[in-house]
This record gives sequence, C-alpha cells and structure tokens, in this order.
Amino acid sequence: MGTESMTRRMFHSCASAAAAGFVLTSCGPKRLYEADKDRLKASIVELERQARERTGVDVKVSDAQAIPGVEFAYALDLSRCVGCRRCVYACVAENNQSREPQLHWIKVLSMEKEKGVDLAHADAYYQPETVPEEGHFYMPVQCQQCRDAPCTKVCPTGATWTEKDGIVVIDYDWCIGCRYCMAACPYGARHFNWTEPSIPKNEVNPNTHYLGNRPRPKGVVEKCTFCIQRTRAGRYPACVEVCPVGARKFGNLLDPDSEIRYIIEHKRVMVLKADLNTAPRFFYFYAT
Amino acid sequence: MDTIRRFSSFTAGSLRLIRRGPAAYWLWLAVLALLMLSGAMAYGEQLRRGLTVTNMRDQVSWGFYIGNFTFLVGVAAAAVVLVIPAYVYDWKPIREIVLYGELLAISAIVMCLLFVVVDIGRPDRAWHLMPFVGHLNFPRSILAWDVLVLNAYFLINFTVATHILYRAFHGKHYNKRIVVPLVLLSIPMAVGIHTVTAFLYNGLAARPYWNSSILAPQFLASAFCSGPAILLIVLQLLRRFTRFEIQDQAIWKIAELMSYAMFLNLFLHGSEAFKEYYSHTEHLLYTRYWYQGLDGHHTLVPYAWTAVAMNLAAFALFIVPRTRRSWVWMNLGCLAVYAGCYIEKGMGLIIPGLTPDALGEIYEYAPSMTELRVAAAVFATGFLVFTLMLKVAVPISLGEFVGERSKI
Repeated sequence: MGTESMTRRMFHSCASAAAAGFVLTSCGPKRLYEADKDRLKASIVELERQARERTGVDVKVSDAQAIPGVEFAYALDLSRCVGCRRCVYACVAENNQSREPQLHWIKVLSMEKEKGVDLAHADAYYQPETVPEEGHFYMPVQCQQCRDAPCTKVCPTGATWTEKDGIVVIDYDWCIGCRYCMAACPYGARHFNWTEPSIPKNEVNPNTHYLGNRPRPKGVVEKCTFCIQRTRAGRYPACVEVCPVGARKFGNLLDPDSEIRYIIEHKRVMVLKADLNTAPRFFYFYAT
Repeated sequence: MDTIRRFSSFTAGSLRLIRRGPAAYWLWLAVLALLMLSGAMAYGEQLRRGLTVTNMRDQVSWGFYIGNFTFLVGVAAAAVVLVIPAYVYDWKPIREIVLYGELLAISAIVMCLLFVVVDIGRPDRAWHLMPFVGHLNFPRSILAWDVLVLNAYFLINFTVATHILYRAFHGKHYNKRIVVPLVLLSIPMAVGIHTVTAFLYNGLAARPYWNSSILAPQFLASAFCSGPAILLIVLQLLRRFTRFEIQDQAIWKIAELMSYAMFLNLFLHGSEAFKEYYSHTEHLLYTRYWYQGLDGHHTLVPYAWTAVAMNLAAFALFIVPRTRRSWVWMNLGCLAVYAGCYIEKGMGLIIPGLTPDALGEIYEYAPSMTELRVAAAVFATGFLVFTLMLKVAVPISLGEFVGERSKI
C-alpha cells in the first residue's frame, strides 16, 4: 500500500509539473523580445547548448541589456576611407559570419570622385593591385540602425526590433526567413543564410551575445548589430578598432562629451538616402 | 445523428465520383502526380541544402516563387469578381458559372499559400505567423494583413462552394441567408486580397519600381484579364466534356469585359512608363532594366516585349466583336492574356523591383531547375485540387448526382 501511494503521489507531482511546464512554454513569451529576466536566463543555457552543437566550440552567450542613458550612433569619414576592406573581414571574424559560403555584413563601394555618391555607378567588386585608386573614393555600407526602420515594420512575426540603445536586432530563433525585411531595407544591409553557415572550429569567436553574433542556423536573416556583444560591454565595434585610417567613429549620442556628438556638432554630416526618412543612426561625413 | 449520416453520404458520394472517370481523366491525374513527385523531390533537396539551390541571392531575394504567388492572388481575386455582374445586375448567363469561379479561387489560394511555404527559409516555423499561437505583427506588417485576408478569402469561398454543393447533393436549394451575404462579402474581399498584395510591394520605399501608387489599380486590371482568361478555357472544356450548358452569350460577355480590363491594364502601364521615361530620374533604372536592359544585362528584355506584344494582341482580339466571337481567335486571345499577365506579374514585377539592388548592383536572376520543378509541382497541386473539385461539383450541380437516389 505504501508503494502504491508513493507511486500515486509521484504520478500526481510529475503530472502537475508536466502540466505547469506545458502551460509555461505554450502560454509564456515565445520571442526573445518578450522574455523577462528569468526566462532569458533559462534561454541562455539553451542557446549556449545550441551554439556548442553548431560550432563544436564552447560558446558564451551574453544577455547584457541596453545600458540606460545610452543610444549608440556611428559616423564614417568618407574623406579618410581608403577602401582596404579590413573592416569587412574584421566584422566577419568578430561576428561569426559564414566563411563558406562567404557572408559579409559590410559592403565597401568604390565610387568615382567625378560622380560623387552615386549608387547606380558604384562597384562593390573592385580589385585593383593597391587601394585607393586614382579618381575613386570609397563608401562602406552596413546596417544604418534606422530610427524609423522599414525592416522591423514589415516583419510579419515581430522577429526583429529596435533595442533601447538604438540597435536593430533579430531573433534568429523566431525569424521564418520570408525575407520581406530584405526587400524593405534601402541599404542592402540584411543578409540571408541561403544554406547552413559554416565556420572552421578554430575561427569561431566564442564571445557572443544572444541578439548578436551567436551562431545562426540556415534559412534566417542576419545583419550588423554595432557589435552588440562588444559595445554593451563598453568596447568599440570591431570595424572601428581595425580601421587603419581612423575613418570610423562610434559613441553615445546621449553623451554631450562623446566623439560622435563632437562630429555631429563640428562637421557636416549626412545620411544615406535621406529622402526615405529612415533617420539612420549611421552618419557619413567629410572631416577634411 | 442525421447530420452525420448525411455528411458521410456526401463525402462517400464525392469519393465515388472522384474514383470514376475515363482514361483521359486518369492520364491527366497521372501527369499531375508525376509533376508533384518531381517537385517534391526538388523541394526535399531545397529543405536539406537550403534555398541556395534556387538562384535567389541577397541581391534578388525574391524570385519565381513570389512572382507566381502574386500572379495567382490575381487569379483568385478575379475568378470571384465575375460574381459582380451576376449578383449586382442579376445577369443569369454568368450566374450559373459563379460556383466554378469560386472553385477556381479556392485552387488559386491553395497554390498561393503553397508558393509562400516553399519560399520561406524556415517552413518549420510557419506557425509563428498564427495569431495567439505565434505572433502576427498586425497591423504594422502588410504581410500580416495578407496572411489574414488570404485565409479569410479561402474560408469564405470554401464555405459557399461546399454549402451550395452539399445542399444540391441532398436535392435542396442553397440557403440564401447564408450564401448571399457571404457572396456579397467575397466581392470586396476579392478586391481586398489583391489590393493588400499590391500594398505589400507598394509600401516599400526602398524599391522605387514598386513604390508607385499606380501599382494596386494595375494589379487589379491585370487580374481581371488573367482570371477570366483561365475561366473561359475551363468553361469551354466543361461544355465540351459534360452536359453542363453555358450560353455563348455568357462567354462573349466575359471576353468583352476582359478587353476593357486589358485596356485599363495597358493604359496604366503606359502611364507608368511615361512618368519614368519623361521625368528621367535615377528611378528610371528599374524600368529600363525591364524594357531595355542595363549595362549589357538583357535577360529579361525578351520577356518584357513578349508580355507587351501578348497584351496588345489580346486587347485587339477581344475588343473586335468578330474575333472575340470566333472560338479560335478567342482562345488564342486567352492564351495571349495568360502569357502576357503571367510574365508581367511574375518576373516583370518582382525581378525589376529588385534589380539593380538597393546599392545599385545588378545580379541577373533567372529561376533554377529546382525552382521550376517546385513551381510546376505547386501548379500541379492546384490543378489537382481544381480537377477533383470539378469532378464532384459538375454532376452535383447538374443534378446528375443526388443523395441516395443517385443516377450514376
């Protein structure tokens, strides 16, 4: 009789635990967007397991949240950029982009000085012996982190949104891969994993963020996140650090003493495709 | 209990109808099955390796699948809009074919939904779109609107068609209180699904080729050409192979209506071309890529002019009473409409919209073998659904097949 009641009690507690689990998973928040602190903590464990499975490396997934009083912005000095594409490859290494096939979050466009900023005549596949080329200047383009982002507006499942610090992020586990955001983005900043991304084990960056550079599956969209894993930890994005000519500037728009504020106040900045009213947090300027 | 018995006799009767047919019927089903099998294998490969087996890439991120989707939304909408003259003007000859318009709409929506499913990168997550279960970004995302209106439209047509057939099967007239409001609702819904699908593209400022207010009216105009074109051919086939009677008058009337729709379609295209070429802004690029090619990239140019030629020819054939009343010319006209609208709505809308891409790069897209095979399978599925529904609907609506007192 004792064993029987034990079994019965066990059955009841197991059943109620299962029921509670079911209710929590099916009625609780599903997107990382809605996840509260505790749920996020639980998700991180799962995300780290997933990442280990995908890469074979012990990947750390940070859940660092936006720092209050911080809104990130970027400025790029077109008169300095020499078109060396170091930013492109530093970004690939830092953000665990696929190496085979290659996927780049930054695209550097070569433009003719005579024509000015003219996308119709830009060349992303320039391959001279040395850069810069005579008569050319270079315009790197990446996610412009728009204040009024067309991509987040069109997403049918709410899998992409703007964080409090101004970074537009994607929930890779919620994205259905419809690519509507790619059609909506005026900057070609969103990239799709047309096949399973692959990174050699020894090239995986194990320091990741759940909304940033953690390994992605095939069939979902990804993009620049201002290196959220670095910038929320007080560091510069990889592209800023690697730029050999100091053409890339980054900082807190809300801090009056930041370099980004200095540039906006003392240089003449512009945004790409200003007529579309996307209000980018990414500025271009000519320092000299 | 009685309902269950009657429903099961309806189902059993339908199955009995489907299981019987001449050799040509089985041959047709076999062809469809082969196409579906080939497409299923291609889709399996796509699932395994990812959408890399298509020729879509970051530059042209939508292609053949979404082009077909757009075209078929038009077919679905137009098939039912034939209901307008039938119910508003109580014009008898068209009235009897409304049911077939609805069946065509159902098949077209099935194909639309399948084309979306084969296009998405994570079909395993399609449930994320479901309200409450997943998260539908309504009302911000126009795609969310499209999900809702397409499914609602499907349900309305499905309800009306099955209700009419179910009642006819049991020898009763359909219930007017159910059918009339639903049919009346389906008219604005038909316009709605196509308008929402147009807005899907129209709302993207990033793509100047789509970001033109003429897009939705032009979508409707071309849909009112392609939908009836398919229906006209179906009606003639029905007339030939069944006892189903359709007056010549009804067919000619539809052909006449198509000529007006085609005029509107050509006029809207012309207006758009005028605006682009005369104002000659940087946005002209996309139109030029379609009609003339850009920097040595000419893949789409022959398609563009084929579409223009077909649409013009169809307009001429349908506007002249002599030619639209000649079966040979009228059917050639239908094929021309079908070809013209299919090209302009599929490749002609999606590809120039994305070429050159947002940063000015030209990636020349043409569908891969996998895309062609999968698309053929989706069409085969649609045709299969349509064939089977007709197989049941025709004898029932002719009163040849009724409840337990079946004559077959």
